[in-house]
Amino acid sequence: MSKPIVATTSLAGCFGCHMSVLDIDEKILELIELVEFNKSPIDDIKKFTKKCDIGLIEGGCCNSENVHVLKEFREHCRILVAVGECAIMGGLPAMRNGIPIEECFNEAYLNGPTVVGNDAGIIPNDPELPMILDRVYPCHEIVKIDYFLPGCPPRADLIWEALVALVTGDEMKLPYEVVKFD
Amino acid sequence: MSQFVRFTIDGTECMASRGQYLVDAARENGVFIPTLCNYPGVKPKGSCRICTVKVNGKLMTACTTPVAEGMNIENESADINELRKSIIELLFVEGNHFCPACEKSGNCELQALAYRFRMMVPRFPFQFPNRAVDASHPRIIKDHNRCILCKRCIRVITDESGRSIFAYRKRSASVEVVVDPKLGKQLTEDLAQKAMDVCPVGSILVKEKGFHVPIGERKYDKVPIGSDIENMQSTKI
Repeated sequence: MSKPIVATTSLAGCFGCHMSVLDIDEKILELIELVEFNKSPIDDIKKFTKKCDIGLIEGGCCNSENVHVLKEFREHCRILVAVGECAIMGGLPAMRNGIPIEECFNEAYLNGPTVVGNDAGIIPNDPELPMILDRVYPCHEIVKIDYFLPGCPPRADLIWEALVALVTGDEMKLPYEVVKFD
Repeated sequence: MSQFVRFTIDGTECMASRGQYLVDAARENGVFIPTLCNYPGVKPKGSCRICTVKVNGKLMTACTTPVAEGMNIENESADINELRKSIIELLFVEGNHFCPACEKSGNCELQALAYRFRMMVPRFPFQFPNRAVDASHPRIIKDHNRCILCKRCIRVITDESGRSIFAYRKRSASVEVVVDPKLGKQLTEDLAQKAMDVCPVGSILVKEKGFHVPIGERKYDKVPIGSDIENMQSTKI
């Protein structure tokens, strides 16, 4: 039987959750025995080459590209897992949710204390750039998400336990110490 | 009339002093009933409904109901815990509870209850309300994003003549808890710390210090909220 295929991505995240995947230490050797990776920053495959079994999503949706990638993941993956607080509830990027987008842009590109050399007062608007959304959306508000692993980042043990359970079909045993929101 | 009453919690025989509130009576028998707005030493309000139990088949708040002879109390049942979990979820979506950015994380009762009820994600849509952080007081920061309006600070933190230093402002959906502008000066260093400790969430923070306890050693890092009560040898009378 062929190995289950895993894909991962980071949307509006900081790659901390991917770091936490790597934080399983030597178990990473067991992991590559257990699964095959497809589209993921871990193996640098940029495009889906086949249907996947499990998709791990880090980060919420803050721009149109995030939405596009997330929908692509939903299409190609049998099971989608929201990994980390940002994927689950928007996380730190969602702290802008109460602030109008114009105010955010003005702060970032015109009036912020660290803005230098933008005398022309340009706010980036190249059509190549993804559109920023009105607010940051949790992944499950865009597509159906099957499982949620909270944490910032989720403890390595939590990701490991969940992955193994999904791959082997065993029950997910989630000890108290590994399920944390921070 | 006897000073003590007999009652059952989830079928287990218990005993407590007559007139005790159910939450306290249960605690003395080694049973944890979760609470949020309730605080030892102040008059219970019964506003958060987390402590809801079934008394003889009827839903009641355990913090405001005195124990009586022969009561049959249902506490740890699937449907009651489901009810409690949904209250926690509603509180999480109603405000802006960014746990990773909160100084109270790990010591927060709301978060600890979410852990206890195994909340992985709230089932309700996030509201992301637009609320301010009030840092105008010299000793404390009042973060309205995290306030769950439990009134614990209003009820507990008082000046020497018993007046509340914290108060409600505005009404209905825009209601918020603030430091009373007239009494704010009486919020001493000790009272500010007490206010932070009394707050079940991270809405009241003492300025110029924080993150003193490392991750892994905080109150609810290793053990669920209420386990101290459950592991206690029940004080049989």
